[in-house]
Amino acid sequence: MQVTMSVNGDEVTSEIEGRLLLVHYLRDHLGLTGTHWGCDTSNCGTCVVWLDDEPVKSCTVLAAMAGGHEVRTVEGLEKGTELDPVQQGFMNCHGLQCGFCTPGMMMTARALLDRNPDPTDGEIREAISGQICRCTGYATIVRSIHWAADHERAAAAAAASGALTGDEVVERVLEEADPSGGSETPQTVGAGSES
Amino acid sequence: MQVPAPFDYERATSVDHAIGLLERLGSGSRLVAGGHSLLPMMKLRLANLEYLIDINDLHDELGYITVEPTRIRIGAMARHRELLESDDLAAHFPIVRDAERVIADPIVRNRGTLGGSLCQADPSEDLSAVCTTLAAECVIRSSSGERVVTMDEFHRGPYETAVADDEMLVEVRLPIRPGGSSAYEKVERRAGDWAVVSAGAAVWLDGGVISDARVGLAAVGPNTTGIAAVSQALRGQVPSEEAYASAGAIAAQSCRPTADGRGSVEYKRHLADELTRRALRRAVARATGEES
Ligand SMILES: Cc1cc2nc3c(=O)[nH]c(=O)nc-3n(C[C@H](O)[C@H](O)[C@H](O)COP(=O)(O)OP(=O)(O)OC[C@H]3O[C@@H](n4cnc5c(N)ncnc54)[C@H](O)[C@@H]3O)c2cc1C
Ligand code: FES
Ligand code: FES
Repeated sequence: MQVTMSVNGDEVTSEIEGRLLLVHYLRDHLGLTGTHWGCDTSNCGTCVVWLDDEPVKSCTVLAAMAGGHEVRTVEGLEKGTELDPVQQGFMNCHGLQCGFCTPGMMMTARALLDRNPDPTDGEIREAISGQICRCTGYATIVRSIHWAADHERAAAAAAASGALTGDEVVERVLEEADPSGGSETPQTVGAGSES
Repeated sequence: MQVPAPFDYERATSVDHAIGLLERLGSGSRLVAGGHSLLPMMKLRLANLEYLIDINDLHDELGYITVEPTRIRIGAMARHRELLESDDLAAHFPIVRDAERVIADPIVRNRGTLGGSLCQADPSEDLSAVCTTLAAECVIRSSSGERVVTMDEFHRGPYETAVADDEMLVEVRLPIRPGGSSAYEKVERRAGDWAVVSAGAAVWLDGGVISDARVGLAAVGPNTTGIAAVSQALRGQVPSEEAYASAGAIAAQSCRPTADGRGSVEYKRHLADELTRRALRRAVARATGEES
């Protein structure tokens, strides 16, 4: 059967089997291997992508079901050449270790912050509760998401006060995000001290 | 890599279209809603089908939660997250939010539907236990019209319901009765897991006395079970720890758990007892305004 959907803003059309799962379509047909695939049973959450602005486990969605809809993957997270603050947060706060769970975690984090710009620790943990990090260490993931939230709110406040233009805000956020660039950057913790 | 065996995919554009497809394609066809129970079963070859009829486009038609004076009507395509976030449901039936908080995880809840949960008829299904507790009515449609069945009639056995091959569950109705409240308690092995045992309770008070009560259990028998003996024992009682204890004892005796990886028969009976007490205690506290 033929299926057409939008993936990261681009319309794609393919000839597929009805039984093809969205995760395999993205990885094998479109070469978007940022979406990982771990458990096959909707438990681990490494395959999380967005279907019409909502995170879903793409190992339990048929590619055909996404036909006519919008899919967004981790490859679509950055804006132009700028990393999304969520990506920047994971870099700065050591939110990834092996990186296997990271794309799914970041997609969930982005969706959370779009709905709730100032989440509590508990709200962040609840949002990622369907996703497993095999490297353990959820503390740094939570901290990464906080980092993104804090920076986005600060940027929004600066933009609202009229002090900076939108482009300047982005620049400022990126400057602050630069690990070499100062005290704003949370330090990563030693292994075992928190997990 | 686990993938389902080959099948043909069809997409329904309306309820009538879906029913027409079911009629035309016959018993080798099945509806797929959220897919979060059916697709895993197909991957494991526990279900093999010739046709899958995708009903996700019917969310506009069947995704409603409508409050009426004497009942709340919920469309079969209402998703877990919508049930969780509905303030109307939480105000009338706090049991729904209690249960939704502990069903799977937020991402699974973005997809799974009320209709899929009930039609899956898994004996551990939390929403089935909730609907049993609330004496929900299920509206089933076919090309010859609609019929309404109680939860007892709806659940024929594990994974078996009153919905025939050429029919579709379109709506669930929760009756509103004054003076009542409800609660849900679940024990699971880890966050987002199926219940080891769970218990729902709904109580109605009149002049400080329990005028009616219902308890529904999941994961301790072939179906989610409404325990009539508990209702009988509680009617006319003043709410008290003794009343909850006797209800818990009845629940533990009347359920039919089996031993498995989640626990022994004794442990599950113990949970049925304790969770029944907790759910009743909380439902009463809510009905009397002591807890929200
Ligand atoms: C990781 C994970 C954890 C979970 N944990 C829990 C849990 O803790 N508690 C719990 O209760 N559930 C849990 N679930 C199940 C989850 O709630 C499912 O979403 C739900 O059981 C099925 O809903 P669905 O819309 O996905 O149904 P589907 O899988 O699409 O369908 C299930 C069955 O219902 C039929 N069907 C669907 N809609 C209709 C209709 N309108 N009319 C007639 N037949 C219909 C289908 O043909 C199929 O046979 C879990 C699922 C997963 C993947
Ligand atoms: S691969 Fe989809 S949840 Fe694990
Ligand atoms: S960073 Fe390795 S699985 Fe999470």
